[in-house]
Amino acid sequence: MTCMGDALLLTLPVLVPFLGAALALLLRKHPAAALMTGLAASGFVLLASVALLTRVMVDPRVPLTVFGGWPQGFGIGFSAALPGSALVVVTALILFAAAIYAIGDIGPRRRRGGYDALMLAMAGAMNGACLTNDLFNLYVWFELALLAALGLLTIDRRPAQIDGAIRYAAFAMLAATFILIGVGMIYGMTGTLDIRTAGAVLADSPASVASAVAAALLLGGLMLKSGLAPFHLWLPASYHTAPTTVAAVFAGLLTKMGFYALLLVMVVIFGVGRGAPGGAQLTPLLGGIAALTMLLCVAGALGQTDMRRILAYHVVAQVGYMMAALALGTRDGVTAAIFYMVHSMIVQANLFFGAGLIRRASASWDLTRAGGIVRREPLFALLFAVPVLSLSGIPPFSGFWAKLFVIRESLDADMAWLGGVALLAGLLTIVSMSTFWSDACWKDARRTSMRAVPKSGLVAMALLSAATVVIGLMPQWLWSIAQLSARLLEGQG
Amino acid sequence: MTILYALTGAGIIGCAIFMILSRNLVRMLLGLSLLATGTNLLLFLAGRIGSEQPPIIRDGAKALGVSADPVAQALILTAIVIGFALTVMLGVLVLRAWRSGGTVDAREVDAAEMVGPAQERDDLHG
Repeated sequence: MTCMGDALLLTLPVLVPFLGAALALLLRKHPAAALMTGLAASGFVLLASVALLTRVMVDPRVPLTVFGGWPQGFGIGFSAALPGSALVVVTALILFAAAIYAIGDIGPRRRRGGYDALMLAMAGAMNGACLTNDLFNLYVWFELALLAALGLLTIDRRPAQIDGAIRYAAFAMLAATFILIGVGMIYGMTGTLDIRTAGAVLADSPASVASAVAAALLLGGLMLKSGLAPFHLWLPASYHTAPTTVAAVFAGLLTKMGFYALLLVMVVIFGVGRGAPGGAQLTPLLGGIAALTMLLCVAGALGQTDMRRILAYHVVAQVGYMMAALALGTRDGVTAAIFYMVHSMIVQANLFFGAGLIRRASASWDLTRAGGIVRREPLFALLFAVPVLSLSGIPPFSGFWAKLFVIRESLDADMAWLGGVALLAGLLTIVSMSTFWSDACWKDARRTSMRAVPKSGLVAMALLSAATVVIGLMPQWLWSIAQLSARLLEGQG
Repeated sequence: MTILYALTGAGIIGCAIFMILSRNLVRMLLGLSLLATGTNLLLFLAGRIGSEQPPIIRDGAKALGVSADPVAQALILTAIVIGFALTVMLGVLVLRAWRSGGTVDAREVDAAEMVGPAQERDDLHG
């Protein structure tokens, strides 16, 4: 049992956003007050999550609280086990940056429509999913996040948004049902919903039809959620209709949340790294999915000129790299996947912020109409270069290390072909992103009038760019957290 | 009994998937709602038909007597609520699409497909 302080620290990342959401809902008729609520709640969550991560790093005994005073394994519990608590910090960082960016992007009309409340509710659901120990609870947080996300996606009520939201909702509901059936089957096999207990029970039992079907259903459902090929097409068809801040938060958080759950299910329950039943049969499949996702989505990005669609394809392609690392089936592979996940969350959100500011300056989402920003806004061009270079995998930014680790581990795991595919996709990413930056910033402007970009947007980008540079300069720090996470996931903490 | 339940669940889910594949958005909506029903039946089955001992019993006792697994029932109740909420949400979206476009054919609800100048007027001053 843990002391009161730990229990409070553990629930703060979920409690604060939901309290903030309730307050923002009451205050939504006063946009300025709602804005302040969103900003204050996001800032407070960031502080609380950093405190939680520090607590986990300092004291190896992982804080755990089971609601209702049940013994562990029976009730629904929250634990600050890595990588969950590290992801809560990244989520809070992106949320805080988004709250700053929203000052210049989300106007009073959208705030009256409940923007702040929905954003905070989505963040609370994400944090809940990262901290929970219970498989069914994970599903509930997913659905909560989906409901808030649908509200955010349709906040302007334009036909394009309604259309995008229908696609998103239909795919996500289908995915959620598959996940739910898989969860039910795991409960039927193991008699528990506690993720780590279920994993331990399954590891001792032989592979059966039920475990194979449950693994396939969970894999399919979570692949839909994280946009992996061949289920990747809904994402570029819906993300671009959302307001920029919302698209950035979706890109940074939603698919990665799906991948986090996939990691949890595959590593902890089906023991991909241990060659346990369920996991062993799936491992060859995962490599194919990863390779297909990386190549198809980078090719998709190369075929677009709409900035939001290019980035949406890259969002999915990046999940492909994480999947490649997971497909290696080694502990270092899992470590590389976690490292990649943290890097990619920050960079993807930042790229959407940048695209939003380019759109602001050049009044179009089309790259062919943009240009000349480096002369008007040199600071913006510099800040935007950080996520662009990081996504392309240019040293010394975080993306270089993330890609290097994935390729290095693929060589160590004798799956050099997967590393080769990752290299090829990386090369195409460099082509796509360098065209992106030079088209937007370097090319001569076609229009003479160009609007100034809001200061709040630059501050938000600076925050995330700084995080990217810090990870790039001190990768060993994040690598050691990722290593600890992989050890804990495989139950050897 | 278990086989009957499993086959019923499979039948319902089969019908649901057939309906989800329809181009008519209302059919898709009904299919998703039917899928949730089939899932609930499978969840019920995961808790086993017949007497199952709950994990926690009174101090000193060895068994509770005839009882069902309470967890599976709690799961189904939660899943019903969530499934209902999502169906309503999707229903509202389909209704909005029908009001703005006058169609529930998935091929004609394509506003999100267009990019370029036609979509450029949107969100500068939200």
